[in-house]
Amino acid sequence: MVDLRVNLAGTELDNPVIPASGTFGYGYEFAQLYDINCLGTFSFKGTTREPRFGNPTPRIAECPAGMLNAVGLQNPGVDKVLSEELPKLKACFHKPVMANVSGFSVEEYAYTCAQLDKAEQVGWLEVNISCPNVHNGGMSFGVCAEAAAEVTKAVKAVTTKPVFMKLSPNVTDIAGIAKACQDAGADGISLINTLLGMRIDLKSRRPLLANGTGGFSGSAILPVALRMVYQVYEAVDIPVIGMGGVSSAEDVVEMMLAGATAVEVGAANLVDPFACKEIIDQLPQVMVKYGITNLKEIIGGAHHG
Amino acid sequence: MKQVLYTVTGNQELAPGVWEMSLAGDTSPITTPGQFINIKLDGFFLRRPISVCDWDSRGLTIIYKVVGKGTAVMSAMQPGQELDVLSGLGNGFDVAKCGQRTVVIGGGAGVPPMYGLAKALLAAGKTPSAVLGFNTESEIFYEDQFRKLGIETVVTTVDGSYGQKGFVTDALPENYDYFCACGPLPMLKAVYNASSTSGLLSFEERMGCGFGACMGCSCKTKYGNKRICKDGPVLEKEEIIW
Repeated sequence: MVDLRVNLAGTELDNPVIPASGTFGYGYEFAQLYDINCLGTFSFKGTTREPRFGNPTPRIAECPAGMLNAVGLQNPGVDKVLSEELPKLKACFHKPVMANVSGFSVEEYAYTCAQLDKAEQVGWLEVNISCPNVHNGGMSFGVCAEAAAEVTKAVKAVTTKPVFMKLSPNVTDIAGIAKACQDAGADGISLINTLLGMRIDLKSRRPLLANGTGGFSGSAILPVALRMVYQVYEAVDIPVIGMGGVSSAEDVVEMMLAGATAVEVGAANLVDPFACKEIIDQLPQVMVKYGITNLKEIIGGAHHG
Repeated sequence: MKQVLYTVTGNQELAPGVWEMSLAGDTSPITTPGQFINIKLDGFFLRRPISVCDWDSRGLTIIYKVVGKGTAVMSAMQPGQELDVLSGLGNGFDVAKCGQRTVVIGGGAGVPPMYGLAKALLAAGKTPSAVLGFNTESEIFYEDQFRKLGIETVVTTVDGSYGQKGFVTDALPENYDYFCACGPLPMLKAVYNASSTSGLLSFEERMGCGFGACMGCSCKTKYGNKRICKDGPVLEKEEIIW
């Protein structure tokens, strides 16, 4: 028997697999396809204080081994998430869920987190200071250690739930920003958000995305994510959720060896809606293949000797 | 929605760059004309969303235009090949909303779903007519198939090389009581403006997932934000904001 359980900031997960925010909605599209209670948890769609439509379309462009998105944080706003989405979710998901939060000011982050703190279903807050698709938006906090620390402090002041700060890879010193979040009281670090990218249409000679740029995700970014998770694991003592290009049970193991306590799966869900279920089903045999009996024991395994 | 493995049973060019592919397999997820399928292709990250032209209990037909590398790969597929497909996506045309004398209007690559719709309207005891618009004679496909249904069918070409010269809006029948349309955005807008009745319009958008998860294809409507892939692709005339 293999043991897939991990402990994420005080709460035990049945396994480390977590659908990433923005690729899993608020759960029900997937709950119609399989019992989503097999997941460790999932991170719901990035939520802001006010409802947002997001960016004009096209918002999606394909890339080799990945995709660009410039959705721009479309969401119904925190009030509707609390009054409509979470009650609907309760019917199909019986585990604590991870609340993903975005904002445009320190006050807005704090307000939205304080509201979500009231929800019993929410087990963790994942604070996105790294969205590349909103102007004057979240990423400016995530590219500067002082601003990242300021958001962390403001959020920690309004919640007793564990706070994971979700970092941008579009920075020169990811470890420094992670350390600043830890010093400001963060309970964990999530990384990486998408890489800022662009594609240009040869016929129109204009960017394919209406927003011009977008966030690059998909299997192509796995090595970048692994490198950054590895660096952040060395820099901090708090748990790390690793994500970026994960699409198989082997990728999950690799991410954990780099230092991840849990692993988010993003773009893979959009191509194969059963991706997370299949990864969870595959994990035991991949563990056996590589001589792993307890998944917890391999966290950061690539750093030893 | 259901993930289905389909087998290619036919793949032929109907007009330059326009291909008809027949697929065999479980069609139970397809319940309404105007729905689409999302096809996984080796070597491409995202699936390809293609509307269902026609279906029965054993298989379905899709008609696609070669517009990029993915559809070019599809055009080279041979009978016997298997395709990983998310089937039965989108809302489709609600036949119950359609009037007795519904006109189905298709433009270019928007023609295929109107064939399945015309059949469904006939099966529901209605007497539809069809207006099919193309740029020029060489691009025309499926005229015979519509005529074989026994419905009044008008073909328009922009350059007048075949049928009635002009746009689909120049050929709307006199006494239709409802319309359903699928085609390029300028055509949909022209139909919206020219139509004297309620109707349903099917939209196209760049999609990520095709099943409502990523919010990649959202649009604003008078009834709130909708996802073209999940709440559409068919919208009511009354809710559309141009």
